[in-house]
Amino acid sequence: MIATKAMSKDELHQLILNQLRGLAPEADLDDLRPHDDIRETLEIDSFDFLNFLIALNKEVGVEIPEKDYGKVNTLENLTAYLMARM
Amino acid sequence: MAEFLMPSLGADMQSGKLLEWLVKPGDVVKRGQVVAVVGTEKGDIEVEVFEDGVIHDFAAEAGAEVPVGARLAIINGGVAKPTGAPVQVAVAEAPPKAAVETKVEAVKERPTTNGHRVRISPLARKLAEELGVDLSQVQGTGPHGAIDKADVERAAEALKARAAPPPTEAAAVAAKPAVEPEAAPAATPVERPKDKGSADFQAGMRRAIALAMARANRDIPHYYLETRIDMTNALAWLETENLQRSIQNRILPAVLLIKAVAKALTKVPQLNGYWVDDALQVAEGIHIGFAIALRQGGLVTPALHHADLKSADELMENLRDLIMRTRAGRLRSSELTDATITVTSLGDMGVEKVFGVIYPPQVALVGFGKVIEEVWVEKGMLGVRPVVHATLAGDHRATDGRVGAEFLDVLNKLLQEPTTLFGV
Repeated sequence: MIATKAMSKDELHQLILNQLRGLAPEADLDDLRPHDDIRETLEIDSFDFLNFLIALNKEVGVEIPEKDYGKVNTLENLTAYLMARM
Repeated sequence: MAEFLMPSLGADMQSGKLLEWLVKPGDVVKRGQVVAVVGTEKGDIEVEVFEDGVIHDFAAEAGAEVPVGARLAIINGGVAKPTGAPVQVAVAEAPPKAAVETKVEAVKERPTTNGHRVRISPLARKLAEELGVDLSQVQGTGPHGAIDKADVERAAEALKARAAPPPTEAAAVAAKPAVEPEAAPAATPVERPKDKGSADFQAGMRRAIALAMARANRDIPHYYLETRIDMTNALAWLETENLQRSIQNRILPAVLLIKAVAKALTKVPQLNGYWVDDALQVAEGIHIGFAIALRQGGLVTPALHHADLKSADELMENLRDLIMRTRAGRLRSSELTDATITVTSLGDMGVEKVFGVIYPPQVALVGFGKVIEEVWVEKGMLGVRPVVHATLAGDHRATDGRVGAEFLDVLNKLLQEPTTLFGV
């Protein structure tokens, strides 16, 4: 389902956190600060990271190419990246 | 008449708990069909039969702890398969590719006895057993509708709320005493604790790994080799490939590495096989055991069958399926026993090199670290390249360093020509 462009930054943030919760159910997401590297902090492997991007693509309709992986490494960067393309 | 026996699903397995029959006496079964689910220290395993025939009689009921090599059922019209040895070295004689795929399809379609497949984590299954929760009544909320611990707990709460028979009573009903068949050997007492939640599952997994690794370190004289591989071409190829794909069909670098290892083994087959009875048995099929770490701890290395013959898409699909089922605790017996070599990739954890311990009775393990940018000198020119450190742990009883060196050299060359890697 492609979300409408009405999605706010907060809603997007929540959506991202929900997806991460599914990937790392034992992690405390409160520990993930805006500038922390998501994969390192939550110990997400490349397989799960790809699944994460697939899930985000389904929700917001943005397909993140591999060359941009470096631009979506933190919560802050990822949110900004998606907001700019939704 | 053939006996269907409790298989050995690991070098260290002594017994398994028969959790579920997926067939009933009188059913016609085909070679490769999943007929039962067995609980082991590495999760719940779907056990396949090795011959065509008709299920004649059960020798063990669901819930029974059955020693490796003890009879589970009699199958009429089949040919007995030798088993019972602690390690299954009778490696499948490479069935043709088409047959492998049909088999996988057939398994996917398989309904359980109540008409739909129940996906459930081992932890949840154990909990359900303890709490007396009927799994057919539980709605799974995990990946692909898998039932997880929380689902079982919710169901148990609901059960309590309805003031149904107290859980203890229900559990007693659920855990029907196994009918002791006259032919079955006396169940040996197992030191494994009585299935009590995740801590024990963890302990069991730890013990399984401990036994296998201690044996490896005791029996296998390892030699180690390492080489640096320039990944420029391989990664460029992968990026181009992935640009043409939708995000769902993207291929991970691991697929490239697995394929390269498999293809290198076709050139250096001495590393693909088992050390049995003081001799190297080179395996015919190339089945890559891929190390998959579990978030809760522990490690499983299920096999990617015939990795040398698969396309990038097939390997990716195979890998995805294996990872999902490893995590859900739902692997098939062949996947746990067929690996002819192990590949471990710890790059995701930021590790640069892995010096692995061989999983007996295999004779080699290939390790990949993280792809990192390194200074690279070529033709007198200094540059920076994406580099992966590939290591080989070899069993010195089976091969010498020269063979290992040849393997790493072939592996390197294959990764320099990614376009031909997936060609014929």
